[in-house]
Amino acid sequence: MVENRPFVTWLSHIVLIVGLVVIAFPVWMTFVASTHDQATMLRSPVPLWPGSHLIDNYKEVLFEGYNAKRGTVPIYVTLTNSMVMALGVAIGKIAISIIAAFAIVYFRFPLRMTFFWAIFVTLMLPVEVRIVPTYGVVANLGMLDSYSGLVIPLIASATATFLFRQFFLSVPDELTEAARVDGASPMRFFWDILLPMSRTSIAALFVIQFIYGWNQYLWPLLVTTKQDFYTVVMTVSRQANVVDAVPSWNLLMAMAMLAMLPPVLVVVFMQRQFVRGLVETEK
Amino acid sequence: MEKRVTFNERWLPYLLVAPQIVITVVFFFWPSGEAIWQSVVTEDAFGGNTKFVWFDNFSHLLGDPNYFASVRVTLVFSALVASLGLAVSLLLAVMADRVIRGAQVYKTILVWPYAVAPAVAGVLWGFLFNPSVGVVAWLLAKISIDFNYVMNGNQALLLVVFAAVWSQVSYNFLFFLAGLQSIPKSLIEAAAIDGAGPGRRFWDIVFPLLSPTGFFLLVINIIYAFFGTFGIIGSLTQGGPGQATNILVWKVYNDGFRGQDLGGSSAQSVILMIVVIALTFVQFRFIERRVHY
Repeated sequence: MVENRPFVTWLSHIVLIVGLVVIAFPVWMTFVASTHDQATMLRSPVPLWPGSHLIDNYKEVLFEGYNAKRGTVPIYVTLTNSMVMALGVAIGKIAISIIAAFAIVYFRFPLRMTFFWAIFVTLMLPVEVRIVPTYGVVANLGMLDSYSGLVIPLIASATATFLFRQFFLSVPDELTEAARVDGASPMRFFWDILLPMSRTSIAALFVIQFIYGWNQYLWPLLVTTKQDFYTVVMTVSRQANVVDAVPSWNLLMAMAMLAMLPPVLVVVFMQRQFVRGLVETEK
Repeated sequence: MEKRVTFNERWLPYLLVAPQIVITVVFFFWPSGEAIWQSVVTEDAFGGNTKFVWFDNFSHLLGDPNYFASVRVTLVFSALVASLGLAVSLLLAVMADRVIRGAQVYKTILVWPYAVAPAVAGVLWGFLFNPSVGVVAWLLAKISIDFNYVMNGNQALLLVVFAAVWSQVSYNFLFFLAGLQSIPKSLIEAAAIDGAGPGRRFWDIVFPLLSPTGFFLLVINIIYAFFGTFGIIGSLTQGGPGQATNILVWKVYNDGFRGQDLGGSSAQSVILMIVVIALTFVQFRFIERRVHY
């Protein structure tokens, strides 16, 4: 701040607090709704303060599902699926991108630039644009209703490869020379020097890709038909669209809380890596 | 940029790029090619009798008033999401850049909506505005505004815009804040010594220097409004009521999977691909030139 203007400072705080309240309000209401019983949540106006059914509601959705009588799966199953998908996407993406970037930066070989551009163009087309044919391919390969169908089509992406390429280009050549003089093989150099140096980039990317994988909606909607493979985000959205005679808002909102919790925790506790990853993947 | 020192191996590099290339070819080039192929043929309902029809699917699409309704909705929607999203996050970023006390707390709370899936954000906003139990709908009824997004198309669009902006604010906020913090304090101080007040300093110094970030975010926000908001539409309105929130990417999905109109859906996919490529191109041009006044 340049000079002391108490009025402007107060105004800033007021604007920020209003912003925070608007940002937090939907989540607060979701939390409140998840702590009351069904009947309370059907009477408008609904309460603005938490009730006493928190444990009951969460226990019910976690172990019995939204509506056990109609055969909905317990949410711990969908949470597990989401976790598998998010970890699979994050780790898979990092693994295949880091070795591809290593090859493109540290070797000279025919077709190198062809490969580079082939990876580059995938930057441009989000999965939403080519939904129908990608579904067709996955169906042809017999990957519907499987973890591999959920994960593998999403791990091809240029952003991670680019990030690692940028980073490798900034690694001093002297390190490579020293490794070569000492007779280290390329893979030895990769494992013992490059990989340890990439730790912060990997952490930043992991946070972003974990959130990306966890929050997928369209893809799981397409490739899963069996409830055993539903992810939590799509389950919440599906349930919100079912018109019940007597909707259980308390349970739906408990499910929504559980769907938000893991990625929000990752962002809050790994904020530094998160910000770094966000800024770097967009360069 | 190239490395001066490299390794000499014959097969190893191919082995290393293989996983990425195989996945890219199978799940990217093959489906994209398929989309282009599907867009120029017609198939009967049982998948037999494929007939090459040149650009019939496209001319059919361009003669379809429903398609233009969807284009219009998409444009209005993207314009609202991008302008509102950028304005709100710029305001918050400028304020957060000013304050010293509590800056970290503000930042932490403003950042986490990024982690909430758009599909879940749609559910949260749907709950707030639910015609029978929503708190906000109830408050609006108190001041005699009848808010019912299930019936009223404009209100549905407005609600989808709110949810989309809410989801994107943290992203914009972080980039604006980073942009603000990279502006040299000496410039601001010099202006202050010359007697420029906070408002004048913002418009004449900060705002122009922030323009590269602003342009970058504008493109990102348009791409987000076009494609990233699919989950919000899916959770909240499913394109309805009528066609009020039927944005292009939802229409591709709806026509292809629910309407079983593969040719039409693929033609729409191809048009969207062209739009994304154009936007990406614009984005790279701007980033290269780093717009300044």
